[in-house]
Amino acid sequence: MTQPTAKPQETLGWRAWLTADVPASRAQARAAAWFNGWLRFRSNTLAMVGLIILLFIILCAVFAPLLATHDPFVQNLGNRLQPPGADGHIFGTDSLGRDIYSRLLFGARISIYIVLLVALVAPLLGLIVGTIAGYAGGWVDVTLMRFTDIFLAFPRLILALAFVAALGAGIENAVLAISLTAWPPYARIARAETLTIRNSDFIHAVRLQGAGPVRIITRHIWPLCISSLVIRVTLDMAGIILTAAGLGFLGLGAQPPSPEWGAMIAEGRKYILDYWWVATIPGLAIFSISLAFNLLGDGLRDVLDPKEAGR
Amino acid sequence: MSAIDINALNVWFGEGDDRNHAVKNVSLKIAKGESFGLVGESGSGKSTVLRTLVGLVDDWDGRMEVDGKVLGRKRDGAFYKTVQMVFQDPYASLHPRMTVDQVLSEVLKLHGFKDVNDRVNRLLEQVGLGGGFRFRYPHQLSGGQRQRVAIARALAPEPRILLLDEPTSALDVSVQAEILNLLTDLRAEFGLTYLMVSHDLGVIGHMCERIAVMQFGEIVEELDVENMRKLSATHAYTKHLLESSLGSVR
Repeated sequence: MTQPTAKPQETLGWRAWLTADVPASRAQARAAAWFNGWLRFRSNTLAMVGLIILLFIILCAVFAPLLATHDPFVQNLGNRLQPPGADGHIFGTDSLGRDIYSRLLFGARISIYIVLLVALVAPLLGLIVGTIAGYAGGWVDVTLMRFTDIFLAFPRLILALAFVAALGAGIENAVLAISLTAWPPYARIARAETLTIRNSDFIHAVRLQGAGPVRIITRHIWPLCISSLVIRVTLDMAGIILTAAGLGFLGLGAQPPSPEWGAMIAEGRKYILDYWWVATIPGLAIFSISLAFNLLGDGLRDVLDPKEAGR
Repeated sequence: MSAIDINALNVWFGEGDDRNHAVKNVSLKIAKGESFGLVGESGSGKSTVLRTLVGLVDDWDGRMEVDGKVLGRKRDGAFYKTVQMVFQDPYASLHPRMTVDQVLSEVLKLHGFKDVNDRVNRLLEQVGLGGGFRFRYPHQLSGGQRQRVAIARALAPEPRILLLDEPTSALDVSVQAEILNLLTDLRAEFGLTYLMVSHDLGVIGHMCERIAVMQFGEIVEELDVENMRKLSATHAYTKHLLESSLGSVR
């Protein structure tokens, strides 16, 4: 799992270097910490399952042009709503006769793009707002939190709709709109964590060394907030995909004919009683990517918290 | 010129009806190289004096001088190079996600030292920890080892004054003795000035030359350790305190 074992002797030495009880240098200590994290992650079977599913989906997205059997955009009305397996269509065809399997592969690109972008932007924004509010306290805290409350007070999809309507339809704007509606819960979590941390002795100690608020927030408070945010992000992944789908369904997200998974479900909704596969297949894809993220998040939490290591 | 000169210090917490006057009119003079003990029961305000001195408490008035320099509302880098503090609970005073190396190197970098690597090794040596502990996380260390790391962190900027906030009360007895001996040795080696807070008169008797007794936020009596050993206190509370912990002093 580390290196292809062409030279077993060397691999063994490498492992010993990584697992040394007393690391000799900072680089070795860091490498050993990563290696230990990896070992801990690997021992978590479910997390590994999540990682494998995710890697599989990412590979599918990367090699979509090679794996696809049909052009995802070519319509064939004479061949519409074919069941899975019919006529070389592995997952059947949709209401316009397009190959669902090929559309699924190309759709993975769009869905992963949306999810990853939102999963980066929203928690980061929430983390910044929440930790500043929690650490600064006073009127800064009050202002930022009321601002957060305003965002929380709107139903998420409605707010996203408003943003997209203002910014214009398209995937990038959908990502932006979803991020802008998704950050308040992260800010709340980060603030709550910060409030418990800010008065602890280790923060006092570093203040006594002359560290400024920026250093304290980014170096000392962020690392302690990350693990609870990671959990929350992985739980939100499914919701993010579905919100993107909802926007697509309303014509404000991914534009037809682009094969975004949520939009594919929305399309298949009309036929769900007679032609189950049109909506079910992309639904399964969304299910598997959400599941993968959930499992992965659980494993990551264990890795990110070195204290869990001994348990 | 004394190392620490506190004059008529008042500290309070809260506002209006909740206002709690934690330290009342406290004055202290600590000479250079001296080891001074501040004793009193829990809640008598002795830790608050230390916290106010290092700038962790905002609401105070009075006059505080360190090395002849009057302290304002904000402390600067030069102050933290002169005065450092060791906290009571070594389980809470180290960042749970940072290795010993990260803690010490960050402090050294903050104070602008260049030879960080050598200094980390030297600090660990000074507090009796080998290089083997350098890349450990706090949860991989015992209470005594953690407190040694906390002392190394306090020593990193090469301060002349060390404030000790019950540095041994969270440790068991055998480890307490080790830490106290370490602190005594370090003081002899670097000529440090100690201001130590404790409720344990045995510890204070071992470490300090002069003590002040605090009750309800006020200093009720100042005496030297000889008089403390002879139980020749004048104030009733001091007598009571000394007598109740007689066994540990002798």
